[in-house]
Amino acid sequence: MKMKRSLILWVPLGAYVIFLAIASLGLNRDQQTVIQSRMIGKAVPPLEMPAASSSKPTLSTRDLANGKPRLLNIFASWCVPCIAEAPVLMQLAQQGVPIDGVAIRDARADVDQFLTRHGNPYERIGLDARSTLQFYMGSSGVPETFVVDGKGIIRYQHIGVIGPQDVDTILQKLREAGA
Amino acid sequence: MMRLLTALLMALSVAMLAPQSASAQSALPPAPYANRQLDDPALEAKASALMHTIRCLTCQSQSIADSDASMASDMRSEIRERIAAGEDPEAIRAWLIERYGDWISYKPTNDPILWPLWAAPVLLISGGGWLAYSRMRRRKGAKA
Amino acid sequence: MIAEAGLAALWLAAMLAGLQLVLAWTAVAQGNKEALRLVRPVAVAQGVLTGGAMVALIALFLRSDMSVYLVAANSHSMKPFIYKFAGAWGNHEGSMLLWIAVMSASGAAVALFERGLDRRTHIATLGAQAAISIGFYAFLLLASNPFKRLNPAAADGQGLNPLLQDPGLAFHPPTLYLGYVGLSVAFSFAVGALLTREVNARFARAIRPWVLGAWILLTFGIAAGSYWAYYELGWGGWWFWDPVENASLMPWLAATALLHSVSVLAARDALRAWTIMLAVVAFAMSMVGTFLVRSGILTSVHAFAVDPTRGSFILALLGIYIGGALALFALRVHTVNEGAPFDPLSREAMLVVNNLLLCVILGLVLIGTLYPLLTEMLGTSVSVGPPYFNAVIGPVTLIMMCFLVIGPSLRWRRDDPKAALRRTAPAVIAAVVTFGAVLLLADRPVGWLPLLGLTAAAAVAVASVAPLWKRNLLRTPLFTYGMVLAHLGVAVSVAGMASESAFSSERLAAAAPGDSFEISGYSVKLEKVMPIAGPNWTAMEASLVISRDGRVIATAKPQARFFSDPPTPTNESVQITRWNGQLYLVLGEALENGRWQLRIWWKPFVTLIWGGAAMIALGGVLALIGRVRRERPKPDRAPALDGAQALA
Repeated sequence: MKMKRSLILWVPLGAYVIFLAIASLGLNRDQQTVIQSRMIGKAVPPLEMPAASSSKPTLSTRDLANGKPRLLNIFASWCVPCIAEAPVLMQLAQQGVPIDGVAIRDARADVDQFLTRHGNPYERIGLDARSTLQFYMGSSGVPETFVVDGKGIIRYQHIGVIGPQDVDTILQKLREAGA
Repeated sequence: MMRLLTALLMALSVAMLAPQSASAQSALPPAPYANRQLDDPALEAKASALMHTIRCLTCQSQSIADSDASMASDMRSEIRERIAAGEDPEAIRAWLIERYGDWISYKPTNDPILWPLWAAPVLLISGGGWLAYSRMRRRKGAKA
Repeated sequence: MIAEAGLAALWLAAMLAGLQLVLAWTAVAQGNKEALRLVRPVAVAQGVLTGGAMVALIALFLRSDMSVYLVAANSHSMKPFIYKFAGAWGNHEGSMLLWIAVMSASGAAVALFERGLDRRTHIATLGAQAAISIGFYAFLLLASNPFKRLNPAAADGQGLNPLLQDPGLAFHPPTLYLGYVGLSVAFSFAVGALLTREVNARFARAIRPWVLGAWILLTFGIAAGSYWAYYELGWGGWWFWDPVENASLMPWLAATALLHSVSVLAARDALRAWTIMLAVVAFAMSMVGTFLVRSGILTSVHAFAVDPTRGSFILALLGIYIGGALALFALRVHTVNEGAPFDPLSREAMLVVNNLLLCVILGLVLIGTLYPLLTEMLGTSVSVGPPYFNAVIGPVTLIMMCFLVIGPSLRWRRDDPKAALRRTAPAVIAAVVTFGAVLLLADRPVGWLPLLGLTAAAAVAVASVAPLWKRNLLRTPLFTYGMVLAHLGVAVSVAGMASESAFSSERLAAAAPGDSFEISGYSVKLEKVMPIAGPNWTAMEASLVISRDGRVIATAKPQARFFSDPPTPTNESVQITRWNGQLYLVLGEALENGRWQLRIWWKPFVTLIWGGAAMIALGGVLALIGRVRRERPKPDRAPALDGAQALA
């Protein structure tokens, strides 16, 4: 009889303690939920894309496995944060980092205009009209940048804008990929 | 002032007749099967059931079936086309989970981390049942 | 001026709450007669002051006073009157002020109108209520001041989220808050009774109207919220197991269990510990709900502007109050002794099972809602949504409905198995017939959950009217009718849910003006799409003509709307309601070559979902009126135990 009485107390008490623990920990963590790609360590899927800009050749994902580690930058002309990222990408390109781009859901004229206005760090740019590459690579938005090694294996994913403070990490990841 | 306001409102409505080229979303029209059902009702039912359990990547908390976001629309089209091509819904789900993790599926997977979720109803019901049973027994014993 | 007056009123009320607590403590712990007399007037004064503060805030919104930060951030001079009014609580600070206003108003009501308790318990209850209020006053005044000034004043406001510019906005939050705060009254009663060691049938009769009132409002608030989401969001969904939705459901589950437990305590003086604990749990769930919604730890479509520091404050309050109540319970549980015994086959036993099952559902909702948070701390991200919740809660609900078939027709204390079986026979027959009918008449394969849902609904519908069988209907108490109506409402609601989930049809179309589409025997023709303007929006409006069997039955004008302040696109869907379901029509985007995207659903018997909920709430109202009338205390004698009535 004592047992049943205590159960009425202990079950809610236990739930209360567990809830407080989970809630406190939950409040202290970083609020943003980012969905990381699970394709890190796997090969970039084979995909052919039409050219996104008039000035640069198109990107086929086979080009990503040509022996040199490179960055794959996923962007769009309608993506406002991508404008913030553009100078950093230009700087990386000037340092000799090979960068390829994929424009998501874009039209050639808009891409051209974006590149004229904000600079063109890309060697090749592919057009992904239906987010297909994003799905294949586990990308969930723009901008995102992937580090791909010489064999076409995805080594690192940077979600969001690449700011000046992220450059070192990116270069580090490129070195680890064999640059 | 009123006439100016009305004129502005009418101009805005006319502007809305043109295709959307809004600020923070894609200029392209939706993918072919984003908002178009498959011709075969059985296949469409399968696709619809799957889409209601796949989470939208760019929304707060919605399935891709309930969202107008461009990525959700593209994913709907992708799913419908794959189902029309004969793929099994669970295979498509697995393909998505392979890329985005368990997060993207509202339907829980067999991942061990989710076992407590399934254990919970069993534990709670048996716990409750035991509580009720022993209480009844005690009651009967006390009465006798 | 008004803002400063409102703020001053709040501070004054907060101080009065402190005074009320001290007075109550002195009165109950030390027997100070002076203090005893003062508690009730202080409680009333506190209620009046916070009421005044709420009125002040509403006045500021109505006058579009842009020198007040809250008004500038959430309102706009071009907003229609009713949305300026309702906008006062359509934000965090305003809704917290509403919470505290209702809380102190309830305290005042308890002070003025509660006559069923003995003096000491009454005062202890007011003291507990004051103790809870102090925490919320602190939260409001220190972390969420609604009367903060904006200097220099804004030229105009940033408008209100257009999704909330809807009549539903006027009803949904206040009814929910009245419900949540009503549960705080139940909590205070429980704490008061624990303090004065008066957990008994008299206490149960006193607390019952308050629990009923809160529960009715919660039922109505949740149903209103569900219907609002259904027609406002444009996807035809009415429940998504979203964290904010769950946050409102959990107190309701606890309150339903509490309601039934209080009935047992009032009738048979049993389930004392259960009742107290459920009162604590119900209020705890209110606070958990508030915490989840405002802290931002869970992603949700419905969440307010979130702020982790506010979340921490609420969590601290929750920890203190619930921890305190649990500690008090632990200390006093040995004084809450066993009530009268009962047999396994008795109404008490069925109500115990009912409570347990409700608590199981509550536990499952809580676990499912918090689980993504837990896994994230372990490194993975998962999503828990309708596939999980429906899969586990559906079956438990079915089990509960089976007990609902048997329970209300059983006698108190002990019943005869054969007689009970005879009484449930009609319900079982109804179940079998429905099962067969659904399988035979369905035009498509039916999932097992909706099938069993419809079966159970039929059984419960028949069983719910069983208590009226062979009774003189004119001499049946009003609260019995309330019970019958509420249980019937459960059956109706479940039938609606099952029917909608099993038999809905959906049609997506790229329509040019002049095109026609078929759905479930209805023909929907797009005549034209025209621009149209409203007070603070512009829209494209489609004219749809709906016919059946060649006859036009309705014209629908769904809109794709665009609000100006803040710039937001919304969807104004149209529902055509028939006796057997609703046509749900949505105008989507403009497509190329002059076509428009149309979404059309046929949802059979979907209105039963909210109709059933209305019946449940109405049943509660009947029960409330019936109880209040029956138990209006006569000064000479205490009311008799309900146990005397066999089937009350």
